[in-house]
Amino acid sequence: MVGSKQAAVVARYVAVVALAVFVLLPLAVMVATSLKTQRQIFDSGFTFLFTPTLTSYADVLEGRFLGYLGNSVVVGVVSTLLTLLLGTMCAYALSRFRFLGRSSLAVGTLLVRTLPPAVLAIPLYFIWNRIGIGDTLSGLILAYVALNLPFTIWLLYGFLEQVPIELEEAAIVDGAGPLRIFFAVILPLVKPGLAAAAIFTFRIAWNELVIASVLTNRTTRTAPYAVYLFITSEGIEWGRLMAAGVLVALPPLLFTFVAARQIIAGLTAGAVKG
Amino acid sequence: MTRNTSIIPVMFAAPAVLVMAIGLGWPVLESLRLSFYELRLGETVTPSAFRGLAIFWEALSDPSVHTSMLVTLKFAFVVVALEMLIGVGLALLLEAPIRGMSAFRTIFVLPMMIAPICVGLIWRYMFDTNAGPLNTWLAHIGLKPEWLADPGLAFFAICIADIWQFTPFVFIMALAGLQGVDHSAIEAARIDGATPWQIITYIKLPLLAPILMITLLMRLIDALRGLEVVYALTNGGPGLSTELFPLHIYKSAFVTQRMGHSAALSICLLFVTTLLSVALLTRANPLRRQGE
Repeated sequence: MVGSKQAAVVARYVAVVALAVFVLLPLAVMVATSLKTQRQIFDSGFTFLFTPTLTSYADVLEGRFLGYLGNSVVVGVVSTLLTLLLGTMCAYALSRFRFLGRSSLAVGTLLVRTLPPAVLAIPLYFIWNRIGIGDTLSGLILAYVALNLPFTIWLLYGFLEQVPIELEEAAIVDGAGPLRIFFAVILPLVKPGLAAAAIFTFRIAWNELVIASVLTNRTTRTAPYAVYLFITSEGIEWGRLMAAGVLVALPPLLFTFVAARQIIAGLTAGAVKG
Repeated sequence: MTRNTSIIPVMFAAPAVLVMAIGLGWPVLESLRLSFYELRLGETVTPSAFRGLAIFWEALSDPSVHTSMLVTLKFAFVVVALEMLIGVGLALLLEAPIRGMSAFRTIFVLPMMIAPICVGLIWRYMFDTNAGPLNTWLAHIGLKPEWLADPGLAFFAICIADIWQFTPFVFIMALAGLQGVDHSAIEAARIDGATPWQIITYIKLPLLAPILMITLLMRLIDALRGLEVVYALTNGGPGLSTELFPLHIYKSAFVTQRMGHSAALSICLLFVTTLLSVALLTRANPLRRQGE
């Protein structure tokens, strides 16, 4: 009996370690390759045993890529802040008030959440150029705020439903107006929700490629599309590509290590009760 | 619980509604409009370019569109089935808490968090014929497959990349579902002498069914609408062997520049994903009020 129980524990560890290796190996390959010279990559097949060098990173950062990373930071940060502000306000309206169009807004918000990026990219390209915000960072930010609002609204709605209404009623008695209540009472109470929403929003804005590829130009390009264009340029230079890839992958990886709990809560939100 | 002061909620909801109307609603309507016109990139809509529904019929009878649809259905079926099987299987195996599980869960979400372009890049290198790690290891047994040059192997490659990215998602969802399962039924069955296998098939899986259905729908929607990984990994090739439907839409707009064709197919894809989305909402509606 004890033996079979131990065997079960061992089997569990074998399974979980196997999955971890399957997940980590390709990531390790990416990092290792980014630290090799072109010669180390092509001379003798793949190996984890080599003398690391940062030349690929230096090469990548010498060109325009640093500027593209900067664009990505601006787009990621600004669109995240705007999404959080507008999304929480909208979730607050949905959670606390009855008003004309509330249920259509709720249903509409949920349905647009699954709009395929490929479907949006083409009309966005036409419209944005027509109204003069094509190829600008603000245009891209506007598209990302719209793209991220549905998820943020429903994530924050869940958090707002947990906040007891009595706190607001007390604030009303104290003579606070609606804006004051929202900013001084509500926002501080849904901080965990804001943190989770911020991670998901920033990640999409930082990672997105398809819409960015049609709404930006040589100056306003963001990092993921710049990486894509590295691939198509003649003769793949794996070292530089992987270095650029690691730089793009780094912020989401860091977030994951810092806030794994919130991420998992956000992933399972809505599907799992409690 | 709810107050009835009508201007305040409108004030709070209006900015978000406006942005979603401009950034999501308008593009969908524009797509619908574009699907009636034969345009190239940079051209504007003129009455002479109007083709009506002809573009839809043309697009839907185009053999390359059929191929792309088949590839997409095959892809969605293969990856979602395998991800569900492996993800749920692992969750059942690992349900009992083991030391260090939270660290492992952190590791498992990594592939989902990084940019799809990085996922595509990583697997493009993994499968690279000359420099790639897989062929370096396979060389020991005398094999050197040209992964991304062979239609069957390239399809296998895009499946592996997706399985790598999203099996952990299924695993995490199933694990979260298992933690919410009422353990008294399982205890009772155990006392009655049910085998672990019977407990899984007769108690755990039925109790998990709702969350597994939600997970399945979420994965299905994503498998049907994603293109970035494949865009970087194979760009649809060789031939049309990995040309997923959204990739075909994107390429027909920005590479072959058939705007109407692309918009018409967009509407078709939108129809399918919206249907699945409605199915998802009837099962999990996060904006439903308590007791509604």
